[in-house]
Amino acid sequence: MHATVSNAVPSAERAAEAARNAKDTRDDRIFAWILKGCALIVLLALVGAAGSTLWLGSDAFHTFGFGFLTSAAWDPSNDQYGALVPIMGTIGTAFIALLFAVPVSFGIALFLTEIAPQWLRGPVSSAIELLAGIPSIIYGMWGLFIFAPFVAEHIKPWLMNNFSADPPDGQVSWLVTHVPGIAKFFSSEYPFFGAGVLTAGLVLAVMIIPFISSVMREVFQTVPTRLKESAYALGSSTWEVVWDIVVPYTRTAVIGGVFLGLGRALGETMAVAFVLGNTFKFSLSFLETSSSIASTIANQFGEAQGLQRSALMALAFLLFVVTFIVLLIARLMLRRLATKEGK
Amino acid sequence: MSTSLYTKRRIKNIIAMTLSMFATAIGLLFLAWILWETLSQGIAGLKPQLFTKISAYREEGGLANAMVGSLILNILGILIATPIGVCAGTWLAEYSLRSKLGPTIRFLNDILLSAPSIVLGLFVYTIVVLPSKYLTDGNVTFSGLAGGIALALIALPVIVRTTDEMLRLVPGTLREAALSLGVPQWKLTMQILVRSARSGIVTGILLALARISGETAPLLFTAFGNNFMTFNPLDKMPSLPQIIYEYTKDPSPDINVLAWAGAFVLTMFVLALSLIARFAFRSKVSHD
Repeated sequence: MHATVSNAVPSAERAAEAARNAKDTRDDRIFAWILKGCALIVLLALVGAAGSTLWLGSDAFHTFGFGFLTSAAWDPSNDQYGALVPIMGTIGTAFIALLFAVPVSFGIALFLTEIAPQWLRGPVSSAIELLAGIPSIIYGMWGLFIFAPFVAEHIKPWLMNNFSADPPDGQVSWLVTHVPGIAKFFSSEYPFFGAGVLTAGLVLAVMIIPFISSVMREVFQTVPTRLKESAYALGSSTWEVVWDIVVPYTRTAVIGGVFLGLGRALGETMAVAFVLGNTFKFSLSFLETSSSIASTIANQFGEAQGLQRSALMALAFLLFVVTFIVLLIARLMLRRLATKEGK
Repeated sequence: MSTSLYTKRRIKNIIAMTLSMFATAIGLLFLAWILWETLSQGIAGLKPQLFTKISAYREEGGLANAMVGSLILNILGILIATPIGVCAGTWLAEYSLRSKLGPTIRFLNDILLSAPSIVLGLFVYTIVVLPSKYLTDGNVTFSGLAGGIALALIALPVIVRTTDEMLRLVPGTLREAALSLGVPQWKLTMQILVRSARSGIVTGILLALARISGETAPLLFTAFGNNFMTFNPLDKMPSLPQIIYEYTKDPSPDINVLAWAGAFVLTMFVLALSLIARFAFRSKVSHD
């Protein structure tokens, strides 16, 4: 019966259907290729960013060789370029940023998942996320006009009085005379100047707190309620539940979140461009002015020519490679949690 | 003995809880501090000429050209990033299921999301600004178009990610129903899947817009800046963040006040956008 019906379909109609099918197949294939091409642009952007900075920076790498990484000379008037000071400045500011942002973010995540009453959680977490929405140039302005003077007036004098060999109040503290080397980290050529590694690091800390705390909050929420309730039932305090159940369960992802924040801190330009001082003198002190890779590029690229331009491109390449590795680690650690969640 | 252990644990707990609340207070304090300064310092410089005069004559106190420039750059960025991002996100969600490339690109997209924007700016400088300078004998160097492309690179991963996530939320039965009716896959994707995930995708575009409107670093070497009003995308183009950057560096306090006024306008714009995006997103989720 069925066979007769299908045989009864006129051959012209069948040919039209076949043509339509062929057209659909062809269109589908073209469509899939277009979509795939767009997806490949993501890949291209990353490879292109690394490749173009390496290409234009190759001059500097050739001229200075490995010494580019270890030389502290950044001297446009003599065409001598070494990346050590910007590298140290980038690492120093990121280190300070993590030093402050990680405990604060942990506290915020703990507050939002375990302590705060339910009605308070939504508003507080939205408020913290607002911090992430503020443009980085605003952080830079606030850092320069408001926070750097605050540091110069309140934080730096105290630190120098207690930890530097040349304190403003003239009394070298007990700590400095008894712990050799500590004063090296707290010296400052301009004691009343707010800009420096510490100030820039603190501004960065405020910037990355929302990123780290939101990752921590999210992963803390993935801990099965059963585990936590079992611990509570055995008489654990809230802190014991967090430290012995939640943290071990989410450790990898928490570290992933920290690395995500580190990636942000390393590559941030505008927030540090104003408050780092942009000097190129080698120093180990957190209170001294310095430069970071990103701020050096932002400040000098516009007027740079020849070898200087190439050296800046080489700096950009280094920054890109380092942040890529840091973010790669971060995402791998965060992904492992996602697969654990799925099981 | 057991009482002292109990007391110790309680004290430890109280200290931890207090520190946690203190940490939250610090976070909120900084938010309030930054917003307060932007508000109070910004309103001082907020005068009508800010929106009517251009920045060529600084003492007139206008930033109109920067606002128009920012608008053009953002629109360019979104116009370039949206089709590419939506297509790439669709490929990830619908077509990459059996390929190894899919997870790799999804993973790299997440990295691009937090890659340093200044390096992306230098990349666009290399592939757009330098070639256009070479091809036009220096007539076209820095341009609004280059700025738009740089912003598009920053908006792209945001759009890819939200499109991908939103499409994967669309129930599989919808796909099966359409395919069983003989709809070709491209029609299914364009007319059913993307349409049903539309509000989520729009949210992603709004979030991307909020993200790029505050970007400064990638514009310094692409759009460069301009003290006059321009609508030509092949011209050097000013933008609000870039002018705030210039005016913040200026030693004159009168100019700094203008930077604050610009910062106020920019912050309000960005925060309003991200609030709208979040609000739209929430209502979408609760309906589903």
